[in-house]
Amino acid sequence: MSALLDVQDLSVDFPTRRGRLHALDRVSLSIQPGEILGVVGESGAGKSLTGAAIIGLLEPPGVIVGGQVSLEGRRIDKLPPEQMRRIRGRQIGAVFQDPLTTLNPLYTVGRQLVETMQTHLGLSDRDAKARAVQWLVDVGIPGAAERVDAYPHEFSGGMRQRVVIALALCAEPKLVIADEPTTALDVSIQAQVIALLRRLAREHGTAVLLVTHDMGVIAETCDRVAVMYAGRVIEVGSVAAVVHRPSHPYTEGLMASIPALRARVDRLAQIDGAMPRLNAIPPGCAYNPRCPKVFERCRHDRPNLMPAKETQAACWLYAEGAVHG
Amino acid sequence: MLGAATASYRGRICVRGISAIPAFIISRILQAIPVLLIVGFIAFALFAFVGDPVNIMLGTSYTEADRVRMTHELGLDQPFLVQYIKFIWAVLHGEFGVSYRLARPVSSLIAERLPATAELSLAAALFAMLVGIPAGVYTGIYRNAFTSRVFMVLSLVGVSLPTFLIGILLILVFSVLLGWLPSYGRGTTVAIGGWTTGLLTVSGLKALVLPAITLGLFQMTLIMRLVRAEMLEVLRSDYIKFARARGLTNRAIYFGHALKNTLVPVITVAGLQLGGIVAFSIVTETVFQWPGMGLLLVQSIQVGDIPVMSTYLLLVAVLFVIINLIVDMLYFAVDPRLRVGRAR
Ligand SMILES: Nc1ncnc2c1ncn2[C@@H]1O[C@H](COP(=O)(O)OP(=O)(O)O)[C@@H](O)[C@H]1O
Ligand code: SF4
Ligand SMILES: [Mg+2]
Repeated sequence: MSALLDVQDLSVDFPTRRGRLHALDRVSLSIQPGEILGVVGESGAGKSLTGAAIIGLLEPPGVIVGGQVSLEGRRIDKLPPEQMRRIRGRQIGAVFQDPLTTLNPLYTVGRQLVETMQTHLGLSDRDAKARAVQWLVDVGIPGAAERVDAYPHEFSGGMRQRVVIALALCAEPKLVIADEPTTALDVSIQAQVIALLRRLAREHGTAVLLVTHDMGVIAETCDRVAVMYAGRVIEVGSVAAVVHRPSHPYTEGLMASIPALRARVDRLAQIDGAMPRLNAIPPGCAYNPRCPKVFERCRHDRPNLMPAKETQAACWLYAEGAVHG
Repeated sequence: MLGAATASYRGRICVRGISAIPAFIISRILQAIPVLLIVGFIAFALFAFVGDPVNIMLGTSYTEADRVRMTHELGLDQPFLVQYIKFIWAVLHGEFGVSYRLARPVSSLIAERLPATAELSLAAALFAMLVGIPAGVYTGIYRNAFTSRVFMVLSLVGVSLPTFLIGILLILVFSVLLGWLPSYGRGTTVAIGGWTTGLLTVSGLKALVLPAITLGLFQMTLIMRLVRAEMLEVLRSDYIKFARARGLTNRAIYFGHALKNTLVPVITVAGLQLGGIVAFSIVTETVFQWPGMGLLLVQSIQVGDIPVMSTYLLLVAVLFVIINLIVDMLYFAVDPRLRVGRAR
């Protein structure tokens, strides 16, 4: 099976007055058609930047300095802006974190759906309006036929995120990047919104890159999961392997520190120390100051992803000939 | 990150209240009445306490009997409150008294001068908005482009130079040196009913250019800077990022989503500034000898022609009240969140 999205060695820098910050360092991941890939990691690990870089919406001064992004085998990281615009929404949709600020307050939700579909699908006004209503029905907005003419502020946070999901899917993209789609929502409705996203993705065969803090969501929703740390993907594999039989010492610590699966990575990480700031990433393995299994090589050489037990992990423990396992 | 509690509080479902619109307008009109009464009082106080109309109208040689008779004819021997009520009553009937200087009803003087000022102010306002808004959008989007920097420097000049100096400089360049445009007057005007317009003749339009630019330049630069600042703010917002993530065209993003969101603050300032245009037309009309109300006012102040002055004051007050009302109604048209009691 060939990958839908293939990210290879993607590096993103922020040039600052005091030198360049390497925010993403050779990030690699791939998503198969229809697959749901979870991305976890502490705040500042680079999850959002990865999503932004994929859809070509890095904010200056952030800049891609290396690697490539391919969609269905075609490179998209160097496309002219107008071609990249046609990919956004149409090939790759996006769901943002805070539905209260994601929708334009001055446009009705119907208008925002209609303009998205008309931009990409060239529908007539009537067809687009009819489809807008259908989308609202599909994402579970009660009274969709009337609510299509309502403004965002007339919806609750959960309902607004449903509208955002409709907007992300309405031009029928093959991939949706959902960046912590429930973090800003009331705890009581988070599960519903994730369930909706999963159901629609399955129905439409849409692949999802799902950034989340919630290991429970990962376990229930995702096919595979990537763990990020200090701007790198440090482990990637099937959900079962990464959650229950992780290879990377950081992932081990992460999983061990979570008493129940329904918990947030962010709040409960009890590994000693903190993730380094971008301007203070140590040489060698970025995790080495905190790693219980650190050894000499870790302090000089930076490991890339390599086969490790059941997953791929960026850890010298799994280097060929290593004896430390 | 938003706490879940805040999220649910902020996301509470709101109910729409279309019927709020007429009620809102009526309440605004009711609120304006005290304002107008107070301005009316000041205008009347001008009458009653500044200068002595009897003196002015009698000239230099008169007897005490003449003086008493004149005082009685003008109603100035009646109690203060009675005079005020009579004044308001007369104003409500369109009677603003008689100009001391020209011995003609102020209402007809104003009616003669109104078209000139209205056309000048309108032209200046159009200039300010039609140039200021696109320039603000442009400099907001391409904030580092060379043209944007040129615009910003020019706008500094526009904000800091006084109106009369700009008028004189424009006259110097375009009338004296280049000889393209007239330096004073309205050119040839055409009367349509009671309205004399300069908009239908070439010389009238030519005569309008320099005064309109002079009058509107300050407002133009102000609107441009405001639109630019708002644009920069809005372009950082999540809904603009999301609009990009949906693959909308730049045109739809900049001139639809972004511009519309900059409008609410722009409407406020632009509305007040357009009122300012009429007030500032005094200077411009003097520089260009534009036969409008501002020039009439200046001539009246020079000789203490109180009825004209107080009428002008009243008119400007009414104008500001009307502009405020329009601004409030435009809010309603632009921002759906105002249509509920308090959405946020
Ligand atoms: N404009 C910027 N300038 C400098 N550093 C930035 C900028 N934007 C993001 N970063 C850094 O990039 C890193 C990754 O950020 P992000 O992808 O948002 O993390 P998260 O995994 O929490 O989504 C963070 O350390 C952040 O400080
Ligand atoms: S490379 Fe070394 S320091 Fe890094 S995680 Fe593996 S063992 Fe720990
Ligand atoms: Mg993030």
